[in-house]
Amino acid sequence: MDAQVATHEHAHPGPALYLKVAVILFVMTALEVLAFEVSHRSGWPMHGLVQPLLNEILIILSAAKFALVAMFYMHLKQDSKIFSGLLVFPLIIAAVVILALLLLFAYLRAQHPGM
Amino acid sequence: MAHDTAHAMHPPTATGLDTRKLAIWTFIGSECLFFATLISNYLVYKGQSLVGPLPHETSQCMLHGQMATCEPIFEIPLVTFGTAVLLFSSFFVVLALNGAQKGNRKQLIGWLSATVLCGLFFVGMQVYEFYHFFHKGLGYTTNLFGSSFYTLTGFHGTHVTLGVIWLATVLVLAIRGKLPPEKALNLEIAALYWHFVDVVWIVIFPVVYLMR
Repeated sequence: MDAQVATHEHAHPGPALYLKVAVILFVMTALEVLAFEVSHRSGWPMHGLVQPLLNEILIILSAAKFALVAMFYMHLKQDSKIFSGLLVFPLIIAAVVILALLLLFAYLRAQHPGM
Repeated sequence: MAHDTAHAMHPPTATGLDTRKLAIWTFIGSECLFFATLISNYLVYKGQSLVGPLPHETSQCMLHGQMATCEPIFEIPLVTFGTAVLLFSSFFVVLALNGAQKGNRKQLIGWLSATVLCGLFFVGMQVYEFYHFFHKGLGYTTNLFGSSFYTLTGFHGTHVTLGVIWLATVLVLAIRGKLPPEKALNLEIAALYWHFVDVVWIVIFPVVYLMR
């Protein structure tokens, strides 16, 4: 049993790595809010660059934060790939559901403007 | 190793994995789909409200029985602080788990207490936010934004509340000395749920509060 478990699950990382991840997550959250503020204040530097790309910037930062928490805090980087599959497969379905509904409603609104 | 010892206490399984851990991951997978439908609902109705209050724009809204001009409703600094607190609570719970696996009771109890306090703060922030929004004229049926916003963040807040209760229960066990290293998996499973609640907020925060 011990050997069997050891092939699937490994020791979790230590507090030093957890702290690094926490700092990165904090910085990324600060960047999200900074991007939001820059895009809403026309006098701020880089406003013209950030405003049209705000949603893309937020999606990338959010996905990176999600991956960091899943890999290091939820230990998917060390644990069995079965656990990763149990998260990633529903996430793919979730992304498809969100995209499909957005496209469907955009199509319906184009067909029926008063909807 | 304490972590492996915890698994060795249970009978062998076909996958070689602890069935309780497999169960929580399966549950988390199903929860991803649940929150995907709520996020879809919010996105589909974003910008479709006919009356205010609205998240980022000044609008005309019904206040105390008559039409009035309503200011943008979101308070980004408060929610950003709440987000940071929730992120740090995930850091605190992994430190508590590290303490549980090493048999360091002081580390376990200290960081787990901090996690529970962070969770309570987040729930308090959300209750304050809902109360504040309601008094600014945003009820559940005021407009499409209100309905989709309260549904999405309300369900998340309920998950946070359940997580706080679960972690507080584990904390009581730890204080009573009933969480030795062999039982650290009990905390690991609660921590996985807590991290999931955190990653859902990582998606909700930009989608609801920051995106145009």
